[in-house]
Amino acid sequence: MTTRVAVVVFPGSNCEHDVVQALGLVTGGPDGPAPVQAELVWHGCDSLAGYDAVVVPGGFAHGDYLRPGAIARFSPVMAAVAALAADGGPVVGICNGFQVLTEAGLLPGALQKNRGLRFLCTTVGVRVCTTRTVLTGAAAVGDELRLPVNHFEGNYTCDAATLERLRAEDRVVLRYSDNPNGSVDDIAGVCNEQGNVVGLMPHPERACDTMTGATDGMVLLRSLVTAAAARPVHLPA
Amino acid sequence: MKFDVLVEVRLRPGIADPQGATIERALPALGFDGVSAVRVGKAVRLTVEAADEAGARSEVAAMADRLLANPVIEQSEVTILGAVEAATGNGVTR
Repeated sequence: MTTRVAVVVFPGSNCEHDVVQALGLVTGGPDGPAPVQAELVWHGCDSLAGYDAVVVPGGFAHGDYLRPGAIARFSPVMAAVAALAADGGPVVGICNGFQVLTEAGLLPGALQKNRGLRFLCTTVGVRVCTTRTVLTGAAAVGDELRLPVNHFEGNYTCDAATLERLRAEDRVVLRYSDNPNGSVDDIAGVCNEQGNVVGLMPHPERACDTMTGATDGMVLLRSLVTAAAARPVHLPA
Repeated sequence: MKFDVLVEVRLRPGIADPQGATIERALPALGFDGVSAVRVGKAVRLTVEAADEAGARSEVAAMADRLLANPVIEQSEVTILGAVEAATGNGVTR
C-alpha cells in the first residue's frame, strides 16, 4: 500500500511544496522504502485519517503574529496532528513547524530570537545525536550533515530541568557543530519521549537534490518515509 | 462592567534578551549614560467585560497564561487601568 504523508499548509506557510517535492525523491534504491505519496493538507482540515505521517513545514504560519506558532496552534488541523502523534504516528516540524509543535505542547521548550539578533540564511553543520527517532532511523550517531537554516527565531530555549531530561532520555536529535543562533546545548532538533514527534530548525527538504547542491537531507527524509511505511495500520482514505 | 486592561509580556529573568542588550548598547552613543537592565517586551491593551475588577483581572491573567505569553520564556503582568464608561453615558461608571 502506498505510504501517505500529509504536509500541513497554514496561511503563510512557504516550504510545503519543497517538502512534497523532496519526499517524492525518496526511493532509496533496492534497500529504500516504497515511493511515498505526499499531499498538501489545508490547516482548516480537522482529520488526518488515511495518512501515515505528517510534516509541519516552514514559513510564517498566520504571519507569526504574537509569536511564531502561537496562533497556528489553534488551527483545526492541530488536533488531528496531536491525535496522530498520540497514536505513535511520525510527526515532523521543520523550522516554523518546529515552533508550531513547541507552542502546541507536542515538544518541550521554545524557540527564542537568535543570539545577536541576526536572521540566519546559511548552511550549517549538524551532528546526528540519536537514531531512535522517526527522522534519524536511517542515519548513524555522529553523522555530520550540512543543512540549510533560514530563521530569526531558532534559538532553542528550555529550563534546566527540561534540558536534563532531554539529555537523560536521549531526546536531543541534532546538534549544531558550530552553534549559529545561541541554542542551549547546541540543540538543532529534539523529539518527544517516544521519538515519533521531532522538531528541527534546519531544512532537510532543501538538501535533497544534487541540482540544488546537496543531498545531506535525504537520509532524514528517508528515515521519515521508512517510519511512515512501517505504521501498523494504514487507515482507508 | 467593562474594564480597560493592560497586559505587559516580557521575557523571564535569566532568558537572554538580545533586543534589550542592543538598545542598551545603543543608548550611550546618543549620550544617554547610566542606563541598565533594558528589557524589551510587548504590551497588549484590551477591554474585557466582567462583574468586577477582580473578575477582570483573573480573566485576563488566564488569557495571558494560555495565549498572550509563552510561559516557557515569558511572564506577564496584568494592570487594570480602569472601568470603561459607556459612550452615551453621563460620565457615571456603570
